[in-house]
Amino acid sequence: MLFYEEKDARETLKLRSLKKGEYHQDYPLYTVVRDNDKCIRCLACVRQCSYEATFYDPVRNVIYNKDEACVGCLRCVAICPTDAITVKRNDTKYRENENWREETIKAIKKQADFGAARLTGLGNDKGYKIYFDHMVLDASQVTNPSIDPLREPMELRTFLGRKPDSVKVEFRNGKLHLKEKIPPQLKLEVPVIFAPMSYGSINFNFQAALAIAAREAGTYFNTGEGGLHQKLREFGSNAIVQVASGRFGVDIDYLEAAAAVEIKIGQGAKPGIGGHLPGEKVTADISRTRMIPEGSDAISPAPHHDIYSIEDLRLLIYAIKEATRYTKPVSVKIAAVHNVAAIASGIARAGADIIVIDGFRGGTGAAPTIIRDHVGIPIELAIAQVDQRLRDEGIRNWVSLIAAGGIRSSADIVKIIALGADAVYIGTAAMVAVGCTLCQQCHRGICAWGITTNRPDLAKRINVDIAAEQLYNLLRGWAIEIREMLGLMGVNSIESLRGNRLKLRGVGLTQEELDVLGIKHAGLQ
Amino acid sequence: MSWNYVKDISNCGLFGVISKKKRLINGEIARRAIANMHDRGNGLGGGFAAYGIYPDYKDFYAFHIMYDSLKAIDETEEFLRDNLEVVHEEDIPTRETDKIKWSPYLKRYFVLPANNPKERELELLRGMDDDYIVRVVMIINDRIEGAYVFSSGKNMGAFKGVGFPEDLAEFYRLDEYDGYIWIAHNRFPTNTPGWWGGAHPFTLLDWAIVHNGEISSYGINRRYLEMFGYKLTLHTDTEVVAYLMDLIVRKHGLPFEIAAKIFAPPFWKDIDEMDEDEREAYTALRAVYGSAVLNGPFAILFAFHNGLMGLNDRVKLRPLVVGEKDDLVYMSSEEAGIREVEPDLDRVYAPPAGEPVLVFTEEEKD
Ligand code: SF4
Ligand code: SF4
Repeated sequence: MLFYEEKDARETLKLRSLKKGEYHQDYPLYTVVRDNDKCIRCLACVRQCSYEATFYDPVRNVIYNKDEACVGCLRCVAICPTDAITVKRNDTKYRENENWREETIKAIKKQADFGAARLTGLGNDKGYKIYFDHMVLDASQVTNPSIDPLREPMELRTFLGRKPDSVKVEFRNGKLHLKEKIPPQLKLEVPVIFAPMSYGSINFNFQAALAIAAREAGTYFNTGEGGLHQKLREFGSNAIVQVASGRFGVDIDYLEAAAAVEIKIGQGAKPGIGGHLPGEKVTADISRTRMIPEGSDAISPAPHHDIYSIEDLRLLIYAIKEATRYTKPVSVKIAAVHNVAAIASGIARAGADIIVIDGFRGGTGAAPTIIRDHVGIPIELAIAQVDQRLRDEGIRNWVSLIAAGGIRSSADIVKIIALGADAVYIGTAAMVAVGCTLCQQCHRGICAWGITTNRPDLAKRINVDIAAEQLYNLLRGWAIEIREMLGLMGVNSIESLRGNRLKLRGVGLTQEELDVLGIKHAGLQ
Repeated sequence: MSWNYVKDISNCGLFGVISKKKRLINGEIARRAIANMHDRGNGLGGGFAAYGIYPDYKDFYAFHIMYDSLKAIDETEEFLRDNLEVVHEEDIPTRETDKIKWSPYLKRYFVLPANNPKERELELLRGMDDDYIVRVVMIINDRIEGAYVFSSGKNMGAFKGVGFPEDLAEFYRLDEYDGYIWIAHNRFPTNTPGWWGGAHPFTLLDWAIVHNGEISSYGINRRYLEMFGYKLTLHTDTEVVAYLMDLIVRKHGLPFEIAAKIFAPPFWKDIDEMDEDEREAYTALRAVYGSAVLNGPFAILFAFHNGLMGLNDRVKLRPLVVGEKDDLVYMSSEEAGIREVEPDLDRVYAPPAGEPVLVFTEEEKD
């Protein structure tokens, strides 16, 4: 009864939600320690803490902390000019219990206080096995020489889109000539794309930085489902625009501005559920971009209400292709779930040119914690299975595969490409590049680092130019590392790595896991 | 499971010669040239392929088959009788030599597809002789334990085994054969069991390949081929090269020059410099055939009934030298191998990385 007639039940039982601050029976996770000798009372930390965990008492000239409000975002630490601040994990702990861990106890207490689903940001932080960390790469020794990327070309250029089985070419006067054009492709100079992050969940400054960095690096950013701001239309040729269940910001200009269109079915952080941008975050600018009234809730339903089957998906794919006159690849993004391989096969056959698989480590602007942490499967396993399935069906070339959700480094990229991905999305890594400290408060909209917030005083903490440079630098650094890894494996272009699972070996994996990944254990030839 | 395989690693010596006028060249030439490069092998594999050696049966597919056991012979011959028209069969003539101490049973058959094959999958291929023969080869190699087809093309044959190539030439009595194309191989495997079927050349119909190198892209080349229904049984790079050639040239209908550009594509920096038309063509070629790029060090000689192609990887990590004398074109790992049989050459050069050297016989140039 409580679930279905919650309001009534609460009234009759005289239940109430506690107000913020009315915490009971719990201790703070963090404690902020300030070295009084070092602190010069500049109050920077007070101004910077958007979580109101720091305040100044002018009478006693002391800065105090309200530890229970501290989220450990470390903004104050980074900003303090005299390094006076240390944020520590609270020494106080519940009595050791392998079964009832601290987070579990805290979750119950919080829900007992507030009577709601817990929300969080970012990706699954639980201790599931990270398969990336159980795979190692091969290197050339003697029988085939390694190739030095400083002396020889080392090619990362990647094309995403549907590939025919063969091409029709001929030599005309000694020059190669293409007799039949191939379907539209996205051209990437580095196989990394900025993951969908909508304007609204992130602010304009950050999205602009993503757009600039994508253009400079020869790759793409993804608008997410929040539309494409007029001021970013000039970056359209580096934009993948999303059509999601809320259809925010979708009109023909939006589709035409983009390099590719992506139908968002699911998200790794919250497979099977929709999204909700609260009305108070829908500012004038966001309302214009999303094409919804100012101040109204932006609700993305769990499914697309015109897609209840694979045939329906096909209709939408072709509606988009017709609208854009077959000039742009159409991508379909799904969360990695148990039968992802069969679903991907269906999507390829439904006409998609690109399939994005979003693993269960993928981030989010806001999701119920319980879903983020318990639904979906790791991207490594999902990509391995999808790639193999498409090959078994002889249709791997019909689609390009983008791996998303859990890519942390250039090594992860090399490994997932060897498993069968064409390219990757990075979201969390891009946020970390511009300051994010993984405090997981994105859903609150007051990110102290100015990333997942639209409060102007906070959003301005992202300087577009600096952030773009940081993002570009990250891609540049990773590209250098990927080239090194290709060279030591004895290949000089990324297509020879793609799906080349001989370059991987498992360490500490069971036979079952090796079979799912399609790799051999280290030590085996 | 298609990923659970071991790949052989080897380094080698190559030699090839073609007469554009189809003048016949004795097997001694190939033997002497490859013997000159003795140190490029380690005695664990060698072989030859020759074209024009069976003029009397030139319209029949010549099957060279090795057998490990009499049982394999019985089983294979029953299969051949049921599915092929065998016009002639015999043991492959050999000579006793100290150097080759053991050999499998070696037989050859001259055949055509049967009108009423017993095998269902062959019935479906009636009228498509080449596909029919390829299927027969796959069935024998895949299904009959202890039987392995060395070659199956018309008016050509492969002679190979475990040993140094010059000793195998002696064993196979190659001095008794005359052909207008020869290719030879001297192998230096690092980890292979001594199996005669594993030696080069590797053949399919009238195509024969010898190869020096290690294809670092093997893992994906193989999975790419499997997607098109090829069954790879040999765990060698060379098998991959042969099947890729089959897919690109025979099935997709692209000329050898373009196959070469797929195996060893121009770099993007060079493609970016091309005019728009050519840039578009190479971009499409690389985007579509990325999984067919042969990446890593290699030199390949690829022979077919009317030509010979030599190709290096795109940074030239393995040697390949070309020598010309009148209508003869030689291709070799070392110039010394060519000089051994033709000291007085009109021209000698090393082809640039990734640039195919393609020589056709004159009357059949297309
Ligand atoms: S800025 Fe962050 S780390 Fe510092 S007190 Fe506030 S919430 Fe805690
Ligand atoms: S984006 Fe901001 S709120 Fe979200 S985890 Fe990073 S620092 Fe915390």
